[in-house]
Amino acid sequence: MSKKKEARKIVFESEKEMPAVPMSLGSMLYNKTGAWRNIKPVIDLSKCIKCGICWKFCPDASIDIVDDWPQINYVYCKGCGLCAEECPQKCIAMVEEEK
Amino acid sequence: MSKERKMTLTIPREEFMSPGHLACQGCGASLAMRLALKGLGQRTIVCIPACCWAVIDGPFPHSSLDIPIYHCAFETAASSASGVRAGLDMVGDTETTVLAWAGDGGTFDIGLQALSGAAERNDDIIYTCYDNEAYMNTGIQRSSATPVGAWTTTTPVKHYKKERKKDIIGIMAAHGIPYIATASVAYPEDMVKKFKKAREVRGTRFIHVFAPCPAGWKSRPEDTVKLARLAVQTGYFPLFEIEDGEKWTLNLKIKERKPIAEYLKLQGRFRHLKEEEIALIQQEVDTRWAKILKSCGL
Repeated sequence: MSKKKEARKIVFESEKEMPAVPMSLGSMLYNKTGAWRNIKPVIDLSKCIKCGICWKFCPDASIDIVDDWPQINYVYCKGCGLCAEECPQKCIAMVEEEK
Repeated sequence: MSKERKMTLTIPREEFMSPGHLACQGCGASLAMRLALKGLGQRTIVCIPACCWAVIDGPFPHSSLDIPIYHCAFETAASSASGVRAGLDMVGDTETTVLAWAGDGGTFDIGLQALSGAAERNDDIIYTCYDNEAYMNTGIQRSSATPVGAWTTTTPVKHYKKERKKDIIGIMAAHGIPYIATASVAYPEDMVKKFKKAREVRGTRFIHVFAPCPAGWKSRPEDTVKLARLAVQTGYFPLFEIEDGEKWTLNLKIKERKPIAEYLKLQGRFRHLKEEEIALIQQEVDTRWAKILKSCGL
């Protein structure tokens, strides 16, 4: 990806700022979907076999691979539990979110 | 031991879909898009008609995809893609792939004539139908992709859907287009491979992607991939490809198919079905499976 994406919401102050044709100007990263979550996945890395299955199946692209380890991005994880269900080692636990 | 192991990824690492999109928890359609773009790469333009993805992508002026998107009218996914293709051809760009990305309503019902027209002209586009088996975006109304026995808001439990699912693959195969494939979100390697293959083929290519919808199917969000996998393992949604309308290949041979009841019982939309009705569905699945095996010459 060429340009670094910003997590900024674009708001037009006046109609002059609007582009002449409807086009996208920014990414959806401003929408921090982590707030939707009731239960959150927690990875027990001591049992992880680095199969990458959790990363592969995440519908929100919220599991990053950092230094060869899966890491959940809690800013965007919606807490669907797919990773915990699909993990062959069962090392992802879904725990109640504390607010 | 596990500490020293290297992580080997079976699908491309590049991500063209950013988090923060508006899909429900455990959405099969967003997973489908993520995997499809991993196969197609950056040089893609996608045309999205009214469907879940028109919403998932995000409100103006934001977008969750890193590739250009053209939002078009409900029935025009294929014709818009044809137009984008023609425009690209005029400026001499033959490398960019044009993808039409429609739901089952926009493919099986509303967009069928545009799709048929594009297939007849053999326009150089990839048409993908992500099939969640009803109009999920507008509130779970029945479409002609809804299977027999399913509950939707327009086919309530008392009058559940009695008609069969339209055989879209059969319709597309009859057009004799160069490449047709079915893919499932539960088999990402197979799906990415098919999109990569489709990218190299010229002419109209049709890919039917099975994308479970937890909200509409009344299933648990964590079961999305399990359901997609069961659909393949029961023979309800076999993975195969058709080249030039003739050469059928079964990609995943299943020795012992699981009973369809296993797939049905995970979904609330089939909860009302009695045993004899499940037996009827099983019969239909068996017939279709036998037909596909015969077409594949097995």
